[in-house]
This record gives sequence, structure tokens and C-alpha cells, in this order.
Amino acid sequence: MLKTFKIGGVHPEENKFSAGAAIEKLPLPETVSIPVAQHIGAPAKVLVKRKDEVKVGTVIAESGGFVSANIHSSVSGVVQKIDNVYDASGYRRQAVIIKVEGDEWEEQIDQSNDLKKDINLSQKEIIDKINAAGIVGLGGATFPTHVKLMVPEGKKAEMLLINGVECEPYLTADHRLMLEKKHEMMMGIRILMTALGVQKAAIGIENNKPDAIEELRKISVEYPGIDIVPLKVKYPQGGEKQLIKAVMNREVPSGKLPIEVGAVVQNVGTAFAVYEAVQKNKPLIERVVTVTGKSVKKPSNLMVRIGTPVENLIEAAGGLPEDTGKVVSGGPMMGKALNDLAAPVTKGTSGVLLFKDSEAHRIDYEACIRCGKCVTACPMGLEPYQLMNYATHDMWKESEADRIMDCIECGSCSFTCPSYRPLLDYIRLGKSNVSQIIRSRKQ
Amino acid sequence: MSDIIIYTVITLSALGAVAAVVLFFIAKKFKVYEDPRIDQVEEILPAANCGGCGFPGCRNFAEALVKSDDISDFNCPVGGNDTMNAVAKVLGKELEEKEPQIAVVRCNGTPEHRKRVTNYEGASSCVIAHNLYTGETDCPYGCLGEGDCVEACDFDAIYMDEKTGLPVIKDNCVACGACVEACPRDIIELRNRGKKERRIYVSCVNQDKGGVAKKACSVACIGCGKCVKECPFDAITMENNLAYIDYEKCKLCRKCAPVCPTGAILEDNFPPRKAKPKADPAKAKAATTAKAATQQQKPEAEKQNPEKQEKKDQDSENKTENNNNQNN
Repeated sequence: MLKTFKIGGVHPEENKFSAGAAIEKLPLPETVSIPVAQHIGAPAKVLVKRKDEVKVGTVIAESGGFVSANIHSSVSGVVQKIDNVYDASGYRRQAVIIKVEGDEWEEQIDQSNDLKKDINLSQKEIIDKINAAGIVGLGGATFPTHVKLMVPEGKKAEMLLINGVECEPYLTADHRLMLEKKHEMMMGIRILMTALGVQKAAIGIENNKPDAIEELRKISVEYPGIDIVPLKVKYPQGGEKQLIKAVMNREVPSGKLPIEVGAVVQNVGTAFAVYEAVQKNKPLIERVVTVTGKSVKKPSNLMVRIGTPVENLIEAAGGLPEDTGKVVSGGPMMGKALNDLAAPVTKGTSGVLLFKDSEAHRIDYEACIRCGKCVTACPMGLEPYQLMNYATHDMWKESEADRIMDCIECGSCSFTCPSYRPLLDYIRLGKSNVSQIIRSRKQ
Repeated sequence: MSDIIIYTVITLSALGAVAAVVLFFIAKKFKVYEDPRIDQVEEILPAANCGGCGFPGCRNFAEALVKSDDISDFNCPVGGNDTMNAVAKVLGKELEEKEPQIAVVRCNGTPEHRKRVTNYEGASSCVIAHNLYTGETDCPYGCLGEGDCVEACDFDAIYMDEKTGLPVIKDNCVACGACVEACPRDIIELRNRGKKERRIYVSCVNQDKGGVAKKACSVACIGCGKCVKECPFDAITMENNLAYIDYEKCKLCRKCAPVCPTGAILEDNFPPRKAKPKADPAKAKAATTAKAATQQQKPEAEKQNPEKQEKKDQDSENKTENNNNQNN
């Protein structure tokens, strides 16, 4: 029996069309717009001004607090302006717009492809390097990685979990990375293990990627302490708490962080970025993005510079199909529809999905029939129908008592509801209100 | 047989008498003095329990009115001055006359003015749509049109106009402020009803810079400041690229509306310009004059800068093409 998490979960159609497409480098765009808020936490503070010349890897905005990250220029050229542009969140946010000229890199970056194996840095030096490189969780949550690696006093990390699950349907960016950059990724894991001071690490991979499991198993002999754990295919296994339950069989208490049970979870993409930052001095300036959809001509995995307009990616995947009804940034379950195709790729963009018009629309919702499907589907053991009722009646106290803040917004409830009720929409509303109440109580 | 009846009656009467004495003393001992005026005042209040006065209900408001020495700050928006004067009479306290107010929708983003670039199919609630993204149009400040304000109104004073997609406030609005609270974008504002129901206000809350605002909506306030210069009474202030007309200072001279290059300043219930003032001209007429003014000025602006305009048009065309293909 393959391991998996115990409660809830759904299994949407996988549709991994781009699984066989090797990672391609996307040609440089004419201009990039790099938002200053690409991570959870305080937005970065802009350091450059109009007409400044920047190179690939130049810091253009510095971290704006403890939970924040540096932003680097992903291209070389001239800063055109600092303006508000649409980002994937649907609001206009501050961004640095750079006109691309040539491709000149900062001197300290090692652009060679050689594998650098020896790590002779201390824990603190590694974390500082990761901090300076502006690395954030590339699974989609974009939580600054250096913060996750600083284990709070009194707690001890026992195990590093690497999320190679890629439970979102359609997406294959992590899958391809595991196949093509396996040694770099494994080295990244070694670096993360050193930074945390742990001896054990495990890579959780869902069983729908047998090639990745096999390849990594083969090379894992060279990297002692790293286990490959095949997992049963189930959404949302890529959630931190679900992955810990599946691999370690431990449960993170409500409202607590994974470190409480001795685990630190990082994505495979993050591990690769950590390798490049620590061994090659290369900040986070590009990432793998899956561009796919049922009527996309050439579903691809692209290595994209941060700030590239989404339309360039679609062009590279064979152009915008005529029957496109919706363009989603991220996976189909948790991603957000894009307002504007000129929106830039950010550190958290794991995929660009093009839905056909026929599959893009919501169905009018009907009354709750109390079937309890959402309760069975919820991986956090919540009662989504009840939380939605609370939110429609402004009952925030009751929502809080029913642990609304535990919701990971995976969307399994809305996905499974036979009445097509917008459960997650209302739960999000409840979460934002309850978190406000909690914040005001603390003050 | 008759004995039983006699005993029963005697016992029960004795019990009753004892209980009456006990209750009499208890009532004396634990008596809570309640000002009889509270009941009187509550009688006068409209019993709508809308919360427009700032208290949870009419009873609480009545208590507060009776307790406070100075009631000049209190106001029942539903009953208006008549009710408040009656209350003041009962209480023998002094009261200032308050200007009656009405809610005003500060967004004129009809489909003609504000292009729809995406299609929202989520839960029909403005708060949820607001948390999610800018809305179906490019304006991140304007009305989302999902009708949270209509739901909040206890007086049936708001309805959604299907053509414009904007809420319309009827004359029976009592200015309780429920819709102001409900709107996640602070579009609805309480303003003085004004003489003869005449009002003049900036019908926009967009704080973006002029170009961005204008691109999103043709009747947006672009923050040019022309109205501020024009106003002889210093009633208009400019903050964050947005003009605001102070209704306390405004003398309804209407000088600001014609100078507005986008027609963002709306006039309610004024007689049509250059015609003899009539008693009560239709609301729509005033609105159309404002619109006509915009349309006249728009071609002029285009003439001044034909090249730029052309480029802009192309840009916007490209953009709409893209956007038509994606629905949210």
C-alpha cells in the first residue's frame, strides 16, 4: 500500500499533457515588469530609479522586513519606469519595468553548467546566501525560504521533507525539474540539510511520475540520507500538513507550524534554486513554468525569466487557441484567473493554464442538499458547508470556533460539491474577517 | 363537603395574602426606577431599529437621549427634524436643526463609460469580488454591481438598475448608513439632501493617476484640479488624484460641473442649464446635460493630439481583444 494522508482529498482528472516536454529556455522578452511584492510578507523596497542601468542579478528591491525577500533584475537593460501593473492577484501593484538590452550578467554569478559538489559553508552563511538571493517557496505559496530555515529556539528540526508531489492537475514543472536537474536538486537538498542541521531527508513523489521516482532512486545512492517516498495520487498532497502526514505519519496541531512536529517542507523547485544560489551565486531570476491546456498546440515547460509577460509564454506554446475562455495563473485547483495577459510571471507562477470556453464557466449554484461530500473531501477535517453558512450570516465567532483559520484553501470542497456551491469563496471571506478580528484582539 | 370548599378558599386566600405582602415589600425593595420619559421618547421614535443613529435600536437611543444633558449631537435620520423636535419638546432640551441627508452613489461607471474586460462568475457578493480582484472592469475603485448595498437596505430604498449595473437610491432613503457600511469600496456616501433636493457631487472614487483612471472609465475623476480652481467657495479639495466637494461649504452654484473635462461631477435635480428654472425637472435631464457636456469636450481633446490618440486606440483595441478571450 502506498502512503498517503488519511482524511479527505479528491482526485481530479490529471491531464498532465506537458509531462513529456523537456524544459526549454524562453527567449528574452523586450521588456519585463518585476513586481516588488512577489512573496508573502512585506513588499520589497525599490532601490533603483528611472534610467538606471541594471544587469542580470542586480538587486532592484531590498527585503522590506523579516518576512520578505530581495528582488533581483532578471535581465540586463535600463529601468524604464516604476509603475503599477496588474499582477496575478488581479490588482495593480508596484513593479519595476526594465527595457531589455543584451544579456549581461553580474560578475559573481557562475553561468557554467558544472556540478559543484562540495559544501564548505556554515549554517549561517548558507542561510544568509539564500536570503540575499531572494529565494521564496516556489511551490506557489512564496513564503521566504530563509525564514523557514531559521528554526525557532526550543524547537528542533528532525527531517527535511521535499515536496515533489505536484498534486495539482496539469502542472509538470516540478516533474521535469526532477528529471532534468536531478543532481542539482539533490545537491540543493544536501545544502538545505546542512542549513537545518538534519541528517534525514525525504522526497515525496506521487505515483503518477514513475520515471522521476526511478531516476531519483538510482542516483540517491550517491546522496546518503535522502529517501525517495512514492505516494498515492491524491489532491492536495502537496500541502505541507498533508505531506507530513503522508510521509512521516505525524499530524501538525491546529494553528501550529510544521516545525512543531520536527519537519521542514521545501519544494523541489526551491531546492534547485537553493543549489544555484549557494553554489553558483545565482539569485532567483528564473523559474520553470508549465504552459498547458486542452487545446494548446504545444504544451511546454519553459524556463522563464521573472517579469516576462504571460503572453510571451503562450506565444511559445503555440499561441492563444481561439476557443480560450479563461487563462489561469497557477494550477487549476488553486490558481487565479488572469485579468490581463500582459501580467508578469512572478516567483510564484508555477503554470499558465488555458481553459477552453466550454470548460471555463461556473455553473449556477443551488441549495445545499446536506450530502456531506464537502466534509468528506476536506483534508483538514473542517465542515465547509457550515463555514459558508456562517460567512453568509456574518457569524465570525462561530467560524473561528469551527477552526476556519485551519483551511488551506485547496478548493476540494467546491470541487466536490454536487450543487456547485461557491464554498471556498465564502470561506476565504470568513478567513479574511476572522484574521482581522484575531489581529485586532492581539493589539 | 362544604367544609372542604371553605377550607380551600381560606387556605388559598391566606396564601395569596401572604404572597401579596411579600411581593409588595420585594417590589419596594428592588424597585428599579425607570424614567417614564424613556417610554415617551420611544413612542415618538419611528421604531425602525435600523441603527442609523449609532445605537443598536430605538429603545437604546431613547435611553441615551434621556440620560444625556446635551442631545445636540444625536440625530434620528429616519424621523428627521420633526421627530427630533418632538423628542426635544418632551425632554425640554435644546436641539439644533439638522440638515436631512441622503445616500449618494459615487460611481457612474455604466457599461458605456467603463468597459467590461473580464467576466465575474463567482459568488454574487461585492465583498468577495472585492477581495478577489479589481472587478469586471479595469477600475479597482468603482462599483462591482453585485448588490451588497441593496441587500443591506431595510427601507427598500436602493435597487440595481439593470441597464447601468449600478445601484440607484430612491427618494425614500432615510440615510441610516447601512449601505455605506456594506459597500466594500466606500462608494456610497451620506450627503445633505440640499435645498429643493438639489445636490452636486463628484461621482467617482478612483484615486489612480489621470491617465490610468481615464483609460479604465471615461467619466472618472482624473484629478486635474480644474474644479478646485473654479470653486468660489473653497468647497472642493483634491486628495490622492480625487476631487471631493464638501457639502457643508458648497453653495450649489454649479460652476464646477461644466469645467470638468470628464463630466465626473453630477448634478441632481437641477433645472436644465440656460433654461428658465422649473419647479421640479426630471433627474434624468440633469444627468443627460452633464453627459452631453462630456461628449462635446471629448472630440476637442482628440483633435489636439490626433497621433497619440490613434496609438492609444490601437493599444486599447489590442488589449480588449486579449481580454475578450479571458473570462474570470
